[in-house]
Amino acid sequence: MEIGEKTINVKIAGLGGMGVLKAALILGELMFEEGFDVKKAEVHGMSQRGGSVASDVRIGKCVASPIIPEKEVDFLVSLEPEWSDVHKISLAENGIVISPNDIDVSQLASKKALNVALLGVLSKYFEIPVERWFDVLKKFFPEKLHASNESAFNLGRNS
Amino acid sequence: MLVNKKRKMLSGNEAIALAARHVGVALGVGYPGTPSTEILENFSELGGNAEWAPNEKVAAEVALGVAFAESNALVTMKHVGFNVAQDLFFTASYSGVQGGYVAVVADDPGMASSQNEQDTRSIAFCGGIPVLEPASSQEAYDMTHLAFEISRRWKLPVVIRTTTRVAHTTSIVAFEDCVAPLPSADFNKDIPARVMVPAHAKPAHKVLRKKLEEIEAWNCAEGPNKVEKGSSQLGIIASGVAYQYAKEAAPEASFFKVGLSPLPLEKLVEFSKSVERCVVVEEGDPYMTTQLLAAGANVEKRAKQWRFGELNVDRVRAQIAGDTSFEMPQIKQKPPQLCAGCPHIFSFKPLVDLGCIVAGDIGCYTLAAMKPLSGMDMQICMGASIGMGVGMRKVLPEEKARKVVSVIGDSTFMHSGLTGLAQAVYNPPSTGHVIIVLDNAITAMTGHQENPATGRKLDHSETTRVSIEGVAKAMGVKNVEVFNPIKQAKEFKEYLEAKLASDDITLIVLRQPCIFVAAAEAKRKA
Repeated sequence: MEIGEKTINVKIAGLGGMGVLKAALILGELMFEEGFDVKKAEVHGMSQRGGSVASDVRIGKCVASPIIPEKEVDFLVSLEPEWSDVHKISLAENGIVISPNDIDVSQLASKKALNVALLGVLSKYFEIPVERWFDVLKKFFPEKLHASNESAFNLGRNS
Repeated sequence: MLVNKKRKMLSGNEAIALAARHVGVALGVGYPGTPSTEILENFSELGGNAEWAPNEKVAAEVALGVAFAESNALVTMKHVGFNVAQDLFFTASYSGVQGGYVAVVADDPGMASSQNEQDTRSIAFCGGIPVLEPASSQEAYDMTHLAFEISRRWKLPVVIRTTTRVAHTTSIVAFEDCVAPLPSADFNKDIPARVMVPAHAKPAHKVLRKKLEEIEAWNCAEGPNKVEKGSSQLGIIASGVAYQYAKEAAPEASFFKVGLSPLPLEKLVEFSKSVERCVVVEEGDPYMTTQLLAAGANVEKRAKQWRFGELNVDRVRAQIAGDTSFEMPQIKQKPPQLCAGCPHIFSFKPLVDLGCIVAGDIGCYTLAAMKPLSGMDMQICMGASIGMGVGMRKVLPEEKARKVVSVIGDSTFMHSGLTGLAQAVYNPPSTGHVIIVLDNAITAMTGHQENPATGRKLDHSETTRVSIEGVAKAMGVKNVEVFNPIKQAKEFKEYLEAKLASDDITLIVLRQPCIFVAAAEAKRKA
């Protein structure tokens, strides 16, 4: 997908502790480094106690509102479909849902890497070299997780 | 854009922390509260001198000492914390300051993590304190610099009002990486300036009103406001993040974006009359709307529902269209809950079993009010559990009075439970009272901050620990006992039953660290 005049809206949703905020952080940083205007909004606090968590990442030339307007979600990355599929009602007409169903979850070395694997699926829709994703991933994880993150990312990207 | 500027993705809170470093803040002090907490944590990580105070009032007092000594102080809190600190602010605006005094107060419209959605602008207005309202991380950065400029120029405390979507939204910030030297601190004796007895406060009040008039005039001439010419049919006056929503909802409109209060009323009235229709878009109270209508501006009255909750592009679109029937689609959310293995679950179980009437307080343990525990019967504000419990015991029939317990966390006890405890000892109910302090060794709900009872400072370095049981004994509480709520569940329940039947004042500490405390400790050591 080309990022141009129209802002691209990605909603990442799941439950507290699943890495929703981390995935949003990675996506936001990558798009910022790629030269786009980015806004990333989320709510901290009570919602972290195992409750629903969602982060809105908006990417474009000039982004105003930090929250994605209704029916303008281009990509819903749904880490916990039972709870996060509720955001489907916010999808744009041709909006795309990315969920654990898109990958072979049994091949994930760790459940914790689901967020990175789904970023791998999302990466297919952007013309950004895979190395750039890896560069940013490395920034946010300790070195011992770099290899397993790359394989989780590739699992998604090659799905 | 200047080529020598760095650019980074920062949240509003991170941007304020960075600016505080760059502007030369000698001390950052506050009490944790969503969505303000990360400011001081980031300030500390950036090398700033930062502290958690026991509560917001103490934080505001410490900051005032810094500013009386001609240096720069930053104090941070959430909106309800501003109430706690209010006694200071309403008179510090009279005395003014000799250095720089900036308070960041974070509002939570929509109550993602708060007990009310009060509007800091209205409160600061009553106290005669200028308010800056950033709409993005960049503005949060720039306005922190400006806040210190205004504070030092007019010798006044200045508030920066953020909201959840400014504090916790990450966006691009351009900045110059230079740390200003700290202003040199000094004290020059001037009793009438700082001792607010009536003889000094009467002229000081007039000085304050004069300063505010001057700031308003400056705000009209060169304040941090922005006029964007667009359609002559529709004009929008907006502030903070509401401006961003409006910009997207009606990009064709003319805009007056307000950045500072006292409002540039003259300019706003002029703007409102330059367009056919003028709508005020603001999150929270009709703060600007009311002042604008009183000033004779050509603005529309705001329909009632826009006062409730957060705004967003869709709601602002409806407001502009005059659609009062608009409702956001409801999205089912999994509610927060106590973590599996949380010691609070064990602490509340016996209270539920014994049919206690639980006067509760603010913290993770408030979640015990939810099903399946349903173990808390009232919760209002920080520290209220003890006073409410004592009050109920004074009027309830004896059988019910004996069921009343007050439950409060370690951090909340240090914040404002101490004075409630003094009341319980000083004016005891005839049936006595039982106060339970849930000591999980951390301020958990806000994301695990230290407090006086943990014995560690903001940066987790060791300091003197304030002993909860020691304080209780010193205050004259007759029975003070400590139990582990998990390992000594039976002993705790038996002791509680005995003390509910007695006429004594009893304080029980249930001590078991939050499940995240040990993990965080191990991580820090590694």
